Amino acid sequence: MPAVLKLVLSIVLKLLAGLALTAVAILALLIILAVVVGLPLGLLAPFLGSVPISYNFRSIRARWTSTIVAILGIAGTVGVFVAMLSLAHGFKATLVASGSPDNALIMRAGSPSEMMGGITLDSIKVIQDAPGIARGPAGPLVTQEVVGVVPVPLISTGTDANVQIRGVSPNVLEIRRFVKIEQGRMFNAGVSELLVGKNASKTYSGLTVGNKIDMAGGHWEVVGIFDAGGSSFDSEIWCDSHVLNDILKRPNNVFQSATVHLASRDSFKTLKDALTSDPRLNVDVTREVDYYAKQSTQMTTLITVLGGLVAAIMAVGAIFAALNTMYSAISERGREIGTMRAVGFSSWNVILSFLFEALVISLAGGIIGCLAVLPLNGLTTNTMNFQTFSNLAFAFKITFNLLAMGILFALVMGVLGGLLPAIRAAIRPVAAALREL
Amino acid sequence: MVKVDGSGTKGLIQVRDLDKTYRRGGEEIDVLQGLNLDVEAGEFVAFMGPSGSGKSTLLNLLGGLDVPTRGSITVAGDEITHMSSGRLTQWRARHVGFIFQMYNLIPVLTAFQNVELPLLLTKLSKAERHAHVAAALGIVGLSDRMHHFPRQLSGGQEQRVTIARAVVSDPTFLLCDEPTGDLDRKSADDVMALIEELVGKYHKTVLMVTHDPLVAARANSILHLDKGVLVEGRPAPHMSSAGGIA
Amino acid sequence: MKFARIIFANLLRKKVRLLLTIGSFAVALFLFAFLSVVNDAFQRGSDVAGADRLVIINRTSIINTIPLSYRDKILRIPGVKVITHNNWFGAIYKDEKNFFPQFVIDPENQRQVFTELLVSDDQWNAFLKDRQGAIVGARTAERFGWKVGDRVPLMTTIYGSGTWEFNIDGIYHGKNPLDDETQFWLQWDYFQEHLSDRNKGQVGWYVLRLNSPDDAVGVSKAIDDEFDNSPYETRTETESAFAAGWVKQFGNIKILIISIGSIVFLTLLLVTGNTMAISVRERTPELAVFKAIGYSDRTVLFFVLAESLIIAVIGGALGLLVSIGIVPLIAQKLGGLLPALILSPSTLVLGLILAVFVGIISGVFPGLNAMHMRVVNALRRV
Repeated sequence: MPAVLKLVLSIVLKLLAGLALTAVAILALLIILAVVVGLPLGLLAPFLGSVPISYNFRSIRARWTSTIVAILGIAGTVGVFVAMLSLAHGFKATLVASGSPDNALIMRAGSPSEMMGGITLDSIKVIQDAPGIARGPAGPLVTQEVVGVVPVPLISTGTDANVQIRGVSPNVLEIRRFVKIEQGRMFNAGVSELLVGKNASKTYSGLTVGNKIDMAGGHWEVVGIFDAGGSSFDSEIWCDSHVLNDILKRPNNVFQSATVHLASRDSFKTLKDALTSDPRLNVDVTREVDYYAKQSTQMTTLITVLGGLVAAIMAVGAIFAALNTMYSAISERGREIGTMRAVGFSSWNVILSFLFEALVISLAGGIIGCLAVLPLNGLTTNTMNFQTFSNLAFAFKITFNLLAMGILFALVMGVLGGLLPAIRAAIRPVAAALREL
Repeated sequence: MVKVDGSGTKGLIQVRDLDKTYRRGGEEIDVLQGLNLDVEAGEFVAFMGPSGSGKSTLLNLLGGLDVPTRGSITVAGDEITHMSSGRLTQWRARHVGFIFQMYNLIPVLTAFQNVELPLLLTKLSKAERHAHVAAALGIVGLSDRMHHFPRQLSGGQEQRVTIARAVVSDPTFLLCDEPTGDLDRKSADDVMALIEELVGKYHKTVLMVTHDPLVAARANSILHLDKGVLVEGRPAPHMSSAGGIA
Repeated sequence: MKFARIIFANLLRKKVRLLLTIGSFAVALFLFAFLSVVNDAFQRGSDVAGADRLVIINRTSIINTIPLSYRDKILRIPGVKVITHNNWFGAIYKDEKNFFPQFVIDPENQRQVFTELLVSDDQWNAFLKDRQGAIVGARTAERFGWKVGDRVPLMTTIYGSGTWEFNIDGIYHGKNPLDDETQFWLQWDYFQEHLSDRNKGQVGWYVLRLNSPDDAVGVSKAIDDEFDNSPYETRTETESAFAAGWVKQFGNIKILIISIGSIVFLTLLLVTGNTMAISVRERTPELAVFKAIGYSDRTVLFFVLAESLIIAVIGGALGLLVSIGIVPLIAQKLGGLLPALILSPSTLVLGLILAVFVGIISGVFPGLNAMHMRVVNALRRV
């Protein structure tokens, strides 16, 4: 193909693409306008319009099969929408909630995650002397940790999951103060005893207090279960770091990370400056909460994108369904509408009345949808977090915000589904409507 | 020749002892009681009677759209009262042309396509079908409106298209239920003139129900439904026909 | 077909409604295709995994290594045809978001074990001669616009810090459409050079090919027994078992997807059924006229079902067609987050079948109503 033709073609395509984009943008704007204007109008219709709402309710009752269909359609969409968002929210909440702003995480510089990092005992000693670290009766509050994954069977499927095991210093609870032992006791230093997170205990087999299990080539006894406030730690298994290094056959003096309790929230900067400028060290210092928030980005993005796509597609479908139902309802009531208008109700009132009806139906659908998914709240499931290579148990987390979003979503579908048919019904010439038999 | 006393012998249509009883709201209503009718080919009969007298019921029975409680109906030698529903449907397609008061035409089809409908049930080729349709529309004088949709036609034109459809497959007889019911006087006249032509020129047999005495007057015979049977001439005074001059 | 005109005329009666119903089908089927694709992406590993391949990992932890010295011992076990080893390299190309899998490979045996990943001999030979050489899968190469001859920097995270540079000597393609074309292969020798002595001579995992798939169980056990009680105990299983186990770690994806899919189809069924019912109800007098003229009850049922099916097939096909176009775009956007999103023909066929099914069910009840409707009742004067 001659170059000139190629050029022309590419220009034409670009123009078409531009036109298409503009069309989409205008459509989006119209939709937003319709919703922003229609929603409050529809909700306030009983006060703004003169058509009695008893007419709407009687009509709904008279055509109850179509109404139920519309309600269920919207309920289904809202349910899926809220469920997917609460799944993503639960996942994110688990990771984002992990850690404390009073703690700082220190890793080898450039490590994207703990598991890739390496800090020697010598470096730990340097860190322990740094300014800004809180001190306890036994010395600076630092826990140097070894992190790995070990295969443990899932209770649900019986197949192995890669569970995060964390070798910690015996004083870890003084640093991670949000962790409370809920059952049993802390492990004894130097002994192959396990302290397991409450979610881990629920998700992987054999992690109950008093149980002896073989794991990663070692013999362990589970001595306690801890509650870490719903954070990612709840999916972990903790033990003595020296014991773990032993079992994983790693050099005894190398750790993956160190977590410190700050003297005060603001001493973070002091600590960071001191450590990063020290020529003996090559480390990054992050607030614990920030580190864990970052660990969730990939998975959260994935769930949010997938869930968002599914919800968006369903929304389009639901709007089609709503439009279809409303158009059909209005076509069946053509003569009624004509009569109303002949009697004296203006087009404006007709529109308000139908908008209100559509909103009532969609509100009912939204509420049912939300109620239907409420039982999922707290339901734990688990998945693998790519970034940390380990299994993470988390729960569906439904919040008032999400429910409100679900209801709003339903109302938006109602507006979009009811506005066009209502306008069409209202502007149709009265005579035509009355002639319909 | 039209008889109502059951004494006819060579009628195209023969009805003997026809009973039809409805159950409505727990009550039994005997609409037709022992009705007799003989109609020879080429006749044009009008049935009159007050509403509720059973005129439409009679027409439905004659057209095979309903089955009587008792009695027999024979058309061109076929006894239709004991036919299965499937056979009755086929019989209707072959023998009856219907003209109802309204809803006759399918709004999404053109006049041409509406008239063609009965022919789609036959084995005629497309060309043959089109020839018949053109002829029928010619008879009713709407050749220039073949490809219009019903909404583009006036009420009178719609009824004429209906008539075209009713005659296109050359049925044994035509049944009309209030064919002019919805029309103004002028259109009604046009439609009646057409029906008269079908009888006079094309020798069709037409049975028509109407409440309009002016319309009924165009038929060759007028029969009244009175107490469940047909009577010739005027009914008893306490059952006067609805409005108009006889 | 003589009745085609009637059926299509009826369909076009209310164009807006027709478009909306077709649109509903299109949306539902698009969602079905999308969900299937996501489901497939997660299940994929276990489907294409070779039945005659075994994976050997460290029993203690998947991230622990196994000595290279085990290789010869494994080769001596009867039933083992050829063996290769991989290490996870896990470096970053410019940004963490640009994730793709990088493996240190054993060039001598790689192609004999992974026979479905194809490289031209020229490119392979160039790779063999180049210590810093790399072979890239077609998908990853396309993603970053890499060509043979490009020099690619990778920032390591596991093996110290620092940037390693590689020359792209070749691009591999999978034999089957579902094969993984995202991998980045680098040389064992070059890798070993840069490791401290302590870390040398350790592989991440072995993959071997059996003489016959029937030997899988026996050979697995033999290998694990061989290294039982050694410092590096092994865990051997078939590649498909390994992949399946991996997939199971992603939780109840399948259940989630099936639940969503079911809700979507049920809703579609409801809505379409209702629409058909309304559409038939509106036409009752016309259908009565058909019957009066002599159209049989069954023909009327056929009209209704035909309409319903036409809408279903057109809408369904539309949705599936759109998915064929859009899924690759989504796959691009999601980049390395998910394995390849590919629409398989079986998904399309299943989708069409489901659409037809919904079409039939949503048309059958109104159709039966139309069939049993009595002319005399329908034409009763208003």
